[in-house]
Amino acid sequence: MRPILLQGHERALTQIRYNRDGDIIFSTAKDQHACAWYAHNGERLGTYHGHQGALWTVDVDPTSTIIATGAADNTVRLWDIKSGKCLKVWEFNTAVKRVEFNEDGSKLLAVTEKRMGFLGTIVVFDIKLDLEAEQTDERAMTITCEDSKATVAGWSFLSKYIIAGHEDGTVSQYDAKTGEQLDNTQAHEPDALITDIQWSPDRTYFITASKDKTAKLINARDLEVMKTYVTDTPLNSASITPKKDFVILGGGQAAMDVTTTSARQGKFEARFYHKIFEEEIGRVRGHFGPLNTVAVDPQGKGYASGGEDGYVRVHQFDKGYFDFTYEVERQVRAQQQQQ
Amino acid sequence: MAPSFDHLPDPEEDEYDEEEELDFSDLHERFEVQLEQGLDAFVVVDGLPEVNEETKPKLVKFLMRKLNAVGKVKEDSVHMPIGDDGKSYRFAFVEYSSPAEAVAACKALDMVALDKKHTLRVNKLTDIDRYGREGRIDDNYTPPKIEDFTEKEHLRSWLADPSGRGRDQFVMYKDNGVGVYWNNEKDAPEAIVERQHWTESFVQWSPQGTFLTSMHQQGVQLWGGPSWTRQKRFAHPFVNLVDFSPGEKYLTTWSNRPISIPEDGHPALSVDDDGMNYVIWDIETGKPLRSFANLDLPSTSTDEAGQPVKRKIQWPAFKWSADDNYVARITHGTSISVYELPRMGLLDKKPIKIEGVMDFDWAPATPHREGIKTYEQLFCYWTPELGSNPAKVALMSIPSKEVVRTLNLFSVTDAKLHWQSDASFLCVKVDRHSKSKKSLATSLEIFRVREKGVPVEVVDSIKDTVINFAWEPKGDRFVIITTAEVVAATAVPPKTSVAFYCPEKVKGNFVGNFKHLRTYDKKNSNAIYWSPKGRFVIVATVHSQISSDMEFFDMDFEGEKPESDKDLTANLQLMNTAEHYGVTDIDWDPTGRFVATSASMWKHTMENGYHLYDFKGEQLREEPVEKFKQWIWRPRPPTLLTKEEQKQIRKNLREYSKVFEQEDQDRGASADAAVVENRRRLLDEWLAWRAGVEEDLKEEKEALGLPDDPLDALLGKTDESESQVIEEIVEEIVEETEEIIS
Repeated sequence: MRPILLQGHERALTQIRYNRDGDIIFSTAKDQHACAWYAHNGERLGTYHGHQGALWTVDVDPTSTIIATGAADNTVRLWDIKSGKCLKVWEFNTAVKRVEFNEDGSKLLAVTEKRMGFLGTIVVFDIKLDLEAEQTDERAMTITCEDSKATVAGWSFLSKYIIAGHEDGTVSQYDAKTGEQLDNTQAHEPDALITDIQWSPDRTYFITASKDKTAKLINARDLEVMKTYVTDTPLNSASITPKKDFVILGGGQAAMDVTTTSARQGKFEARFYHKIFEEEIGRVRGHFGPLNTVAVDPQGKGYASGGEDGYVRVHQFDKGYFDFTYEVERQVRAQQQQQ
Repeated sequence: MAPSFDHLPDPEEDEYDEEEELDFSDLHERFEVQLEQGLDAFVVVDGLPEVNEETKPKLVKFLMRKLNAVGKVKEDSVHMPIGDDGKSYRFAFVEYSSPAEAVAACKALDMVALDKKHTLRVNKLTDIDRYGREGRIDDNYTPPKIEDFTEKEHLRSWLADPSGRGRDQFVMYKDNGVGVYWNNEKDAPEAIVERQHWTESFVQWSPQGTFLTSMHQQGVQLWGGPSWTRQKRFAHPFVNLVDFSPGEKYLTTWSNRPISIPEDGHPALSVDDDGMNYVIWDIETGKPLRSFANLDLPSTSTDEAGQPVKRKIQWPAFKWSADDNYVARITHGTSISVYELPRMGLLDKKPIKIEGVMDFDWAPATPHREGIKTYEQLFCYWTPELGSNPAKVALMSIPSKEVVRTLNLFSVTDAKLHWQSDASFLCVKVDRHSKSKKSLATSLEIFRVREKGVPVEVVDSIKDTVINFAWEPKGDRFVIITTAEVVAATAVPPKTSVAFYCPEKVKGNFVGNFKHLRTYDKKNSNAIYWSPKGRFVIVATVHSQISSDMEFFDMDFEGEKPESDKDLTANLQLMNTAEHYGVTDIDWDPTGRFVATSASMWKHTMENGYHLYDFKGEQLREEPVEKFKQWIWRPRPPTLLTKEEQKQIRKNLREYSKVFEQEDQDRGASADAAVVENRRRLLDEWLAWRAGVEEDLKEEKEALGLPDDPLDALLGKTDESESQVIEEIVEEIVEETEEIIS
């Protein structure tokens, strides 16, 4: 796997997203602008200027029409992908740490930081997937996190639930229509921050990454922890690969500790685990800072990782990746084919 | 009505009595000042013969001779009461000039025979008052309660590995948890017991592996048996270090804080132990045998301000003889005190005076010397040059105190004593300075202890300074590490050379002269780790930031032997090299099959954890462990098999190993099968779950009237037939040639 190195950001990456077709990559970093790239050759499609603070998050709607970004300047913005024009600005009291469109792009959620006396919230907006339409100012719903602030959140299948990961290592499930908390479970070690939530293709289960050095595969319906992936380093991001039953985990020594340790110790590698057997399969090196975000092409052809070092590395999976199967998997497949 | 005389209040009755009725006895008791009664200098001497007034002076005079041995007693200070019948009560009060003398008298004269019939019993007067006062002793004899016998756990049950594979155990200390595990080679170690906060500073095995020692502020605890219960407790407050006798009979504990016995006593120690630093305990009974204070070491250097630098304590300060019968401590420059166990009395009641003695060491095994039938213990010591006398290295036999051999040496800066594990050889590493005292050179003086007259062989072909030396355990070869540079505390490790030595081949059952076998130059190595069974040796660089390589050598390589070595009893082969970043400790398992290398957070916090190698240097396992502190293999007691039986096993090794190899294979296969089975189960479960979820999702969508793919509606604008095919034509010029057509 020969990666394409995307050198467009000047500071640490915060989030990477593929569009649904897997041909465009969106990235945000702390350097105040978002970038769009062609996935197949790494050419930069464009940048989105307007934010006045570090960008924390980006998401693209399923039709690849608009993107939403959230930043430390306490705003969420909508952008026209093609023209780079800012379509809408919503202002908040605190920084926005995560935005995500629901399955059909009709809703957007935003996770706001707890700071300056304001509690952390999850805010939902109705979205019109039309570049000409006026977006509403009104919040469709606000969930206030009184116990422990939400760090990440996302929409489940059929936009039925909103799932949030919290600072104290718990995962909670809210009714996406009423905002009522339905369930809350201590999925990770107490007080181990949940750093990422990413969905399976059908959004029936998701993976969480945490500072407790584990990633967990959780059922969206009942929040049952189905699989646990144990690593030796704090994790910042985790992603589920379509097509193949793998998960990709990224992390490394906390950025502030990096300078005090030798580089060989940083563990700045993307780790591949088998989703079902929980076994480590391989690692991809390259970054020279911790991995802040990993994202997988929804078509399953590649993945991209963004590091504290300011680089995005885009990898196209090669034949070996697709050929790799366990003996039991081959047997089961053969059986299915016979039937 | 005026008060009449009759009615006058009686002042005595009313006022004074009131006061008198107040009971001050409790206050009196509480605040009564304990006056120095001056009785501390008195002793009571019992067990005297009966005398009358006439014979009394004679007895007093006779008694005085004994009494004056420990202090000053005047004739008139011996008071021997005479009864009404004119006969003495057979005891006497004696006043010494000081309480200290009285204490000394109790210690020295008690149980001393006066003549054939009479034995003196000497007690302090205050003690008799304290213990013998009426009511203190019950007149009726009550038999002491003997506790019912309870079967103790078998302390060596661990030698029988339940899996029948003869695995070894090790203890691992990480973060706050201590655990004992079976070594499973490549697989994760199997936990036997794991406990949080089992120790406060470190753990240690007893020399034969019977006990696991844990350190606490209150003292030392020993653990063992199949259920890891506490076997013994040695309450030495603020204990820092602990040392066992080789046979696990006794234990030395040391604390840098002198013991202070609280007013209300201490559960194990007595007032006599107050102010002491060392305690020697009997492990079987758990009782202290004797305690000692620190000896101030004479300082050899001074700090910048000209103050003498306090030398670090030598550990172990009390060194044990191989048979557990003696323990000895050196008083720098003057003497060696040898104590006999179990009474802990000084051998022949006085220290062995050796002027200038710098260091000593017991033979690690009972030495067999030619022509000597008594199996005495042996220790060696060395003294520096004193005036015109040369420096000396000598061997002394204990208890006879006979000096077996001495060797005179000149221009000695320092000497280090290295015993070979069977006590067959003693190597004295002598650092000699040149006349100008500017350069150092090392020579090795090897005492052949088993041979007649203890001949000494000198290896002086070494030009550099030897910084490390190690004998092959149970063998006769050794490895040294030398450096040309002065070893200073610099960040860059000095360049070193590693040299191997072995004896020449000779006819008969003798050990030939030691010859140089091979030297490897330009190394950073600083440590030598021999396999406990000999033959294999690791030369490594430890505690280094820059390099941390390990080299595994075989001294008896079975392959071709170079022509140049044909007269030597070794065939050296570098088997493997390995690297373990930041390695701090290397530990061979007691059977010499495996080596654990570890990086402990006590030394640095980078990549703490362990690696496991086999004796060939093949890495079996690697595990980073957060806050890793210690890994120690559990030692094994010496084998119970006779030499013949061991030989028999070696002879039939092939037969045995066939069985074990088969077992290993079967186990591997069954483990693989289990893994595959487990994977199949996981996969089946997953597929079943997915099928269920997909079904549910479909139903739910139908119920909500949603399309199967929510995006079809969104992307519906672009029909499938309209899908574009983008053709990209790439022209590639393979070759370009230019021809000139004329």
